[in-house]
Amino acid sequence: MRKEIGIFALLVVLCAVTGFENPRFFSQANLANTANLIGLYGIFSIGIGLVIITGGIDLSVGSMIALNGMLLVMALTEWHWPWPLAALFALLVPMILGLGHGLLITRFKLQPFIVTLCGLLLYRGIARFIARDTTKGFGDAEGFKTLQSAASGKFFGLPMPFVILIVVAIVMWIVLHRSVYGRYLFAVGRNEEATRFSGINTRWIVASTYVLAGLLTGISGILFAFYTNSVSPSNHGNFYELYGIAAAVLGGCSLRGGEGSVIGILIGTALLLVLQNLVNLLGIPSSLNFAVMGAVVLAGVLADQIFQSRSARKDTGPTKN
Amino acid sequence: MSSAPLLEMRGISKRFPGVIALDNVSLQIGRGEVVAICGENGAGKSTLMKILGGVHQPEAGEILIDGRPVKISGVTDSMKHGIAFIHQELNILGNLDVAANVFLGREPKNALGLIDSKKIHTDTLPFIQRLGLEVSTRTRLDNLSIAKQQMVEIAKALSLNAQLIIMDEPTSSLTLTETKRLLELVCELSEQCVSIAYISHRLGEIDTCADRVVVLRDGKNAGELTHEEASHDKLVNLMVGREIKSIYVEPKGNRAPGFFKVRNASSSLHPGKKVSFDASRGEIFGFAGLVGAGRSEMAKAISGLEDSPEKDIFLDGKKLSIGKPRDAIDHGIYLAPESRRAEGLVVEMTVRENISLPSLEHFSRFGLINRTHERKIAAEQVKSLNIKTPGIETEVLNLSGGNQQKVVLGKWLAMTPKVMILDEPTRGIDVGAKAEIYRLMRELADDGAVILMISSDMEEILNVSDRIAVMHEGEISGVLERADCKEENVMQLAVGKKIPAAKAAFEN
Repeated sequence: MRKEIGIFALLVVLCAVTGFENPRFFSQANLANTANLIGLYGIFSIGIGLVIITGGIDLSVGSMIALNGMLLVMALTEWHWPWPLAALFALLVPMILGLGHGLLITRFKLQPFIVTLCGLLLYRGIARFIARDTTKGFGDAEGFKTLQSAASGKFFGLPMPFVILIVVAIVMWIVLHRSVYGRYLFAVGRNEEATRFSGINTRWIVASTYVLAGLLTGISGILFAFYTNSVSPSNHGNFYELYGIAAAVLGGCSLRGGEGSVIGILIGTALLLVLQNLVNLLGIPSSLNFAVMGAVVLAGVLADQIFQSRSARKDTGPTKN
Repeated sequence: MSSAPLLEMRGISKRFPGVIALDNVSLQIGRGEVVAICGENGAGKSTLMKILGGVHQPEAGEILIDGRPVKISGVTDSMKHGIAFIHQELNILGNLDVAANVFLGREPKNALGLIDSKKIHTDTLPFIQRLGLEVSTRTRLDNLSIAKQQMVEIAKALSLNAQLIIMDEPTSSLTLTETKRLLELVCELSEQCVSIAYISHRLGEIDTCADRVVVLRDGKNAGELTHEEASHDKLVNLMVGREIKSIYVEPKGNRAPGFFKVRNASSSLHPGKKVSFDASRGEIFGFAGLVGAGRSEMAKAISGLEDSPEKDIFLDGKKLSIGKPRDAIDHGIYLAPESRRAEGLVVEMTVRENISLPSLEHFSRFGLINRTHERKIAAEQVKSLNIKTPGIETEVLNLSGGNQQKVVLGKWLAMTPKVMILDEPTRGIDVGAKAEIYRLMRELADDGAVILMISSDMEEILNVSDRIAVMHEGEISGVLERADCKEENVMQLAVGKKIPAAKAAFEN
């Protein structure tokens, strides 16, 4: 919990500073926009977080979002599928791709970094190919108003992506922190061998996280497609996996595995997006956007490391018999 | 040439936390002499050799080379004095070729400061030829057999101009022909005036090539035998012959023989070898044997952790099918593995999380953990096993070895075991905690469980077991009834000798 409190404090400070320097930060429009973005990025970040907790990594998320968005646009506007079928398709494709990653990693013992890096290249390529490298949009096509408003409308004044994130976060919080499955995720991430010796099918556990990450990426993908309203296959979703990894790590996930929490990932995502907002509102050149993010992630991780080794030294030694 | 022996170690003592590994040990090795170093597991053979190799520093004693006292404070020192150490786990780089391995860290350089690739190969050639090794110097080590990799290590030793080569159980992973070749090579090297110190459990090999045998026991010199004097019985006599005070506790419960039957369990360590035995309900069945006899692998095969397709396992008359770890656990067959920290525990997790890990599904609903129940089970085990911990939320890595082991036991005792396999249950644990673990094992047996205890600690195996199965190179070489559980008998069987007291491990 300590990690989450630290970064939450940082988030509060950043919000306060930004709001003080530019009161527009607290305007309803800005808050709604930031919440919308937190929703969009938070959902897939939780998926990446799950994978990181088992000691893996998923680099394919951004390309998956592009492929997914492209398939959704084409299904709705070109193939004229009914929207429930198109939405289901847009959820199933990333899950199946995730299953493929999981099997390559657990059955063929390939490294997650390599498998998902190949995914990153492959899915981007496929997305560009099927779209003939042209931007495709929903335009004024008809017949999926329900899906559109579920993805980009408002619910009691809150942007839908944010509402969906809250639901996803609650479900994933229960899965990760209260379920048997969640406990196994942490155990596998810490010590796969000891977990296997306890009779747990560790390969299935690891593979399933990539499927779950696929599902969450699929949800994000649908929301992003309606958020941008058109999908440009060469840059839609670019670098999103890195936002997800940064959010998870800022939120306390360790790339060594076995550490992390849903709340931490949420705060991490919020922090990254508030930072972007801060860059805009405080008139910092937007070319510095990435540099600011990189510096803050680095500072956060460094501070945590220093804090941890300090408190480890303060701890009393092992208890004796 | 001086008359002093090549190497003399005098009064060497070394202690590790909690144990005296070496106590006033002396050793002499002459030029071109092959000395075998013998002793039980834990007698101090490896420690003594590691002191020579510069891996450990002794607390007392001196080392003389050619009669001159020297200080060996690191591996480089040891190399400088002409000592080369061939470890059991070879120190090779599989991704590099033969020449690169031989000259690692001493690569000949050309005018540009880059590796002189021509010279490195021409320089390597004479050494591998001297060993009769028929490989190209450009072969990657990955592509060589273990025996040939070992030869490359010897070639490296020779290239360093080693006067003394230490080999720690060099034949433990070689085939018979490879072993024969290595022994011939040892003789050839000794004719070329290179001395060899050779640690081995295999008395036959010692007989083939050793000029002299030095026996250690409990970290002390137990005696020496010349090649002519050395015989099986004399060696075993020197290796054992220690007073063991009995702390054996008679079983209270009734024994039900044949309650647990294992047939044809095999492992990758000894392909083609099979293990079969019958164990009774209510007994502590000890598994003795030298390191590498295949006991842990047998335990893993029984538990479904290692592939053993031909095995048949019967519990209480019923044939079980065990293909994966969960199958064994569902039938009440549990393993407390040898390596607590790597296999037994997730040390960064709490006592509670470790204890509940294998049984979580038993007290969860709709996949959600019943946390009250979980805490209760953890607290129960902490109490009944007397685990000394600040609380169930303490991370296991903060506990002492004995208490960590109790957490491992707690994991399994939370789900009543039918067969409990304990692999080295008290390794690295202090005396007090040991006694508690023995008492627990006896209670479990009296409550009707089968206890299989693998142990390399002679005192433990003799004192705790109701019967002992002794393994040798992947097979059970004999089973000793309580009355025959003597150190001599165990040692004879452990080195593969047949003795009249030994019984068969199973009935058909």
